[in-house]
Amino acid sequence: MAPHSASSPPSRPRVALFATCLVDLMRPSVGFAALKLLEDAGCIVDVPNQTCCGQPAFNSGDRASAQALALQMITAFEGFDYVVAPSGSCAGQIRRHYPELFEGDPNLIRRAEAVAAKTWELTSFLVDVMKVEAVSASVAGTATYHDSCSGLRELGVKAQPRKLLASVEGLTLTEMNENEVCCGFGGTFAVKYGEISDSIVGKKAGNVTQSGAAMLLAGDLGCLMNIAGKLSREGKAVEVRHVAEVLAGMTDEPPIGVPPQGAR
Amino acid sequence: MTSHITSPQFKENASRALVDAPLQQAMGNVRVNFIERRRAAAEKLPEFEGLRDSARDIKNHALEHLDLYLETWEQNVTKAGGHVHWARTAEEAREAVLAICRRVGAKTVTKGKSMISEEISLNTALEAAGIKPVETDLGEYIIQLRGELPSHIIAPAVHLNATQVESDFRRVHTHLDPKRDLSQPVQLLTEARGVLRDRFLAADVGITGANFLIAETGTSVIVTNEGNGDLTQILPKIHVVIASIEKIVPTLEDASQILRVLARSATGQEMSVYTTLSTGPRRPGDPDGPEEYHVVVLDNGRSSMLGTAFQDMLRCIRCGACMNHCPVYHAVGGHAYGWVYPGPMGAVLSPSLIGVDKAGHLPNASTFCGRCESVCPVRIPLPKMMRSWREREFERHLSPATVRGGLAFWSFFARRPGLYRLATRLGMGALAWFGRDKGKFASLPFASGWTKYRDFPAPQGGTFQQRYRDTRKQGARR
Repeated sequence: MAPHSASSPPSRPRVALFATCLVDLMRPSVGFAALKLLEDAGCIVDVPNQTCCGQPAFNSGDRASAQALALQMITAFEGFDYVVAPSGSCAGQIRRHYPELFEGDPNLIRRAEAVAAKTWELTSFLVDVMKVEAVSASVAGTATYHDSCSGLRELGVKAQPRKLLASVEGLTLTEMNENEVCCGFGGTFAVKYGEISDSIVGKKAGNVTQSGAAMLLAGDLGCLMNIAGKLSREGKAVEVRHVAEVLAGMTDEPPIGVPPQGAR
Repeated sequence: MTSHITSPQFKENASRALVDAPLQQAMGNVRVNFIERRRAAAEKLPEFEGLRDSARDIKNHALEHLDLYLETWEQNVTKAGGHVHWARTAEEAREAVLAICRRVGAKTVTKGKSMISEEISLNTALEAAGIKPVETDLGEYIIQLRGELPSHIIAPAVHLNATQVESDFRRVHTHLDPKRDLSQPVQLLTEARGVLRDRFLAADVGITGANFLIAETGTSVIVTNEGNGDLTQILPKIHVVIASIEKIVPTLEDASQILRVLARSATGQEMSVYTTLSTGPRRPGDPDGPEEYHVVVLDNGRSSMLGTAFQDMLRCIRCGACMNHCPVYHAVGGHAYGWVYPGPMGAVLSPSLIGVDKAGHLPNASTFCGRCESVCPVRIPLPKMMRSWREREFERHLSPATVRGGLAFWSFFARRPGLYRLATRLGMGALAWFGRDKGKFASLPFASGWTKYRDFPAPQGGTFQQRYRDTRKQGARR
């Protein structure tokens, strides 16, 4: 799907950072990395009070809760020039599915469409809107990149993270096989159908290891926690990080699933 | 009489499938072959994406005017000397076929591949009436020998490997030399061909499915790769087509447009090897053809999908691309879905046909990765429709109590940002504290569906929102 049109932004756009509930709760450092990348690109960033975009409810068939959470998000975020999330899945929920949630409501659908139109996944916002050509970061090693499903298929996120990663000093990108295939996370699917999810993430972990890369990167924390959890269970020493951490050069925090230094 | 439905036991079916080594090996082939061939075929044709749009539009138009086109088609079938039998239910469809077979005293019928035949359990009905059905598509022939349902809509025996087929052939073809060599796939093919050749000649009635019914000419169309369909419908005196109502397209031109995306999406071929058009029975002067041509047209709940969230599903042209690209199908194979239609298309269609109370697992067993929709030749929004089924299940309280409870608990907090911030700070603080030594959890009481198979990474501690506000306050103080 083609990325939506990026009309030229104000020189210092006001951006609302939607950290996403997983980053907020599990890995705050990704939020700080996104914040740094956005500020380095010239944005004035704010973090409005937020909880969740409502995707778990939406995908579980609980439309009423999904609508309530969407409205809460819209109200908190509609006053900004852009809404940016370090997640293709959550950005996709807002951009593709918020308008769907308010079909037939002439007032709310307009507000939903307005927020949808200015919502972006982090790396595509940096490249397609802010025209960032390179980041100033230095991370030594080889990395492989997993294309998370919603970012890839709902928002057309594919080239943007690779373009930025290419500018990271010392980093080499090695593509794995089947990098566009689902990791088996699927939100509540990973718990409801754990056994099937395990079979799918097992194949993904195999492809990651086979690539020979020391680091696995992706743009969605859900997928990353799933793959990191599988690699760790299998005793594979691959460092798993959100792409924003590497792009911001903020790799001092331990990777996903690894304890802080000195804790052992 | 409907074929045995095990969709309610989807999870148990899946568990068995996941440890079935030959199945897993066969699914590995699907994962590679079908996907690569489709990609190559699509890339070679610059207008492929445009053709998908036009295939979608043709089917949409036909569905919007389904009554008109079905009536026109019936008139044209009749004009060509054929007979149309309308069947509201599977029962009526079986009765229509049986009535034709009984009238001509049929003892054996040959059959081309037809998913409608599977849907209405036609073979069971024929056998009960003392008529021997013989499947002539190689894959269908193999699963008939094994008493199985197809595991894929275009490759019914895709779950099997050559060794399994060899042992079935040795078990059933006892009239052949037990010492014969069947180690090569081509030897299996030759043996099946030899056995089937006699059956073709002996059949009283030939039954085929249809890929299209063409309104302007009253024609039915089948596409095959083995030529078995042609022998099935030309050699016996009677040809019976069984098809469902949504197979209708207005014109020959429309059918040929859709044919350009069908085989490419299915097998990566530009066209299937045989595309056979049938219009009425043999005419005076025709070199061959049946004396009678019948079409049994099945509704079986489809007309009630019109005008609902599921109407788009009726565009489906049964290419199988959705299951070929589905990570869940790759993991568990077709039989786990528990009825005739597997994969993403089955996850949407089966609840419509057998009820969401029975097929409720199917639309839930999806990661919503969206790959099915991205390859569907008629652009059916499969994930969106699976979600519509989930909404109906939620409304009817069919979703599991644990899921509903968890969702209600979570949404209570998510809708109250102040309380949410407090609760998550405390919760994540505790979780981080417990996980601080290892950085992960090997088991968690409330997420065993996760931790049984994977470690759960420990949170870093503190929430982003709290840490962000703390940093800002410090910044302001400086």
